[in-house]
Amino acid sequence: MTMETSAAPAIRATKVIHPLAVRITHWVNAVAMVIMIGSGWRIWNNEPIFDFYFPVWATVGGDFAASQDLHNELGLASALQWHFAGMWLLVINGVIYFAYGLLSGRFRQAFLPVNPRAFLRDLLAALSFRLPHDPGVYNAVQKALYLGVLAAGIVMVLSGLAIWKPGQFQELAWLFGGFDFARLVHFLGMSAIVLFLVVHISLVIIVPKTLPSMITGRAPVHADAANPM
Amino acid sequence: MRATPANGILRNDETVRLVARRGFLKGGLSLGALTLLTGCDVTHTDEVQAVLNGMSRWNDGIQAALFNPHRLLPTYSEEEAVKDFRYNAYYGEDKVPKLDGRSYRLILSGLVENRRPWALRELYALPQTSQITRLVCVEGWSMIGKWSGVPLRSFLERIGADLTAKYVGFECADGYYSSIDMASALHPQTLLTFRISDEILAPKYGYPLRLRIATKLGFKNPKWITAMYVTNRFPGGFWEDRGYNWFSGV
Repeated sequence: MTMETSAAPAIRATKVIHPLAVRITHWVNAVAMVIMIGSGWRIWNNEPIFDFYFPVWATVGGDFAASQDLHNELGLASALQWHFAGMWLLVINGVIYFAYGLLSGRFRQAFLPVNPRAFLRDLLAALSFRLPHDPGVYNAVQKALYLGVLAAGIVMVLSGLAIWKPGQFQELAWLFGGFDFARLVHFLGMSAIVLFLVVHISLVIIVPKTLPSMITGRAPVHADAANPM
Repeated sequence: MRATPANGILRNDETVRLVARRGFLKGGLSLGALTLLTGCDVTHTDEVQAVLNGMSRWNDGIQAALFNPHRLLPTYSEEEAVKDFRYNAYYGEDKVPKLDGRSYRLILSGLVENRRPWALRELYALPQTSQITRLVCVEGWSMIGKWSGVPLRSFLERIGADLTAKYVGFECADGYYSSIDMASALHPQTLLTFRISDEILAPKYGYPLRLRIATKLGFKNPKWITAMYVTNRFPGGFWEDRGYNWFSGV
């Protein structure tokens, strides 16, 4: 006796490459990034360390002109409100993400090991557009970039705390070389994260199939994906 | 800008009016941000602003919990203190109030036993101390200065203030006003200040009396103080009512 499997639709094999926890924290973090970077740029504009200003349209913090008219200020108050509300979203979401990544073993599995030789090999391949893309498996350049941006995130939270509370957290401020240097570190950390985002978003534009998988979690299994890494 | 009441006391109806206007001002602030975030005109502005205000009050509570009344902020050497301190207000230096020290009186009100006004020479006669600390501005700049005056704690004790009350509020000659929590008011690095860099405060620095509170941001250090009161009713402040975080501890 044989079972008749009649005319099943051609199902393309897929696998989960981004667990639900990663997808949720990714998009919550995306919102937190817009709030923190946008309001941070507005705060910067009130007292820039270096002689340049971020375009007001790219900042978060209320109507610039209305603040000027009503308060004789440049939208700093509202930008600070966004920044100090957004920090809770960023930190709570970040704690969940790190706890999940460390406890589930995903960090180890997805981001490690990174060795310098593989990094150099993959970097050269990527620059000459010859790096094969394998959904769910990160190449050495990706691993280094993701680990780097996670480290930058930690530095941002710590330097932010040092700037927020240079008195109550004076040891932390001291570790960052004092209040002024902590501000500089906070700016450089933001710059690193923005650079990462430029690369990150450019690559999504170049390889658009990576975007749906960060929503559905799934990606098609390729024949060449069998080789272990 | 609100006019300073002649007697320096916040009346009830006035407080209510201030709170109402505060909501209006803040509502206007978040429109642009929301338009930016969502790319469309947002009708729930009040709700979003309410969340932001709520988060700011939440942060007040967090900071009050973090505040250690015995923890001193770093002090610096005489050489590190800036002599030509930065002038900062929301108007030009030519508009600063020029008070007459001979007719000056510090008016006291609220939960205070002895409310008689204080003349400047009486204040000068009190035991004084100095501190060299960093003033951190909400805008991001900071500057080390040397301030001298009467510890606010000893003055509050002297006038018989209710030290269990929640707030100490200040009214200024330019219409500015601010308030601090009692725990921060009693901190040893909180001074009613007469001098900067060992010299009587110049008009631009708040002559004759300013608050120097090392544990809070610069805008919580009001200048040209004309009245001080102790209260359990939340007094707010000039910038605080315009969206700056009220506690603003450093």
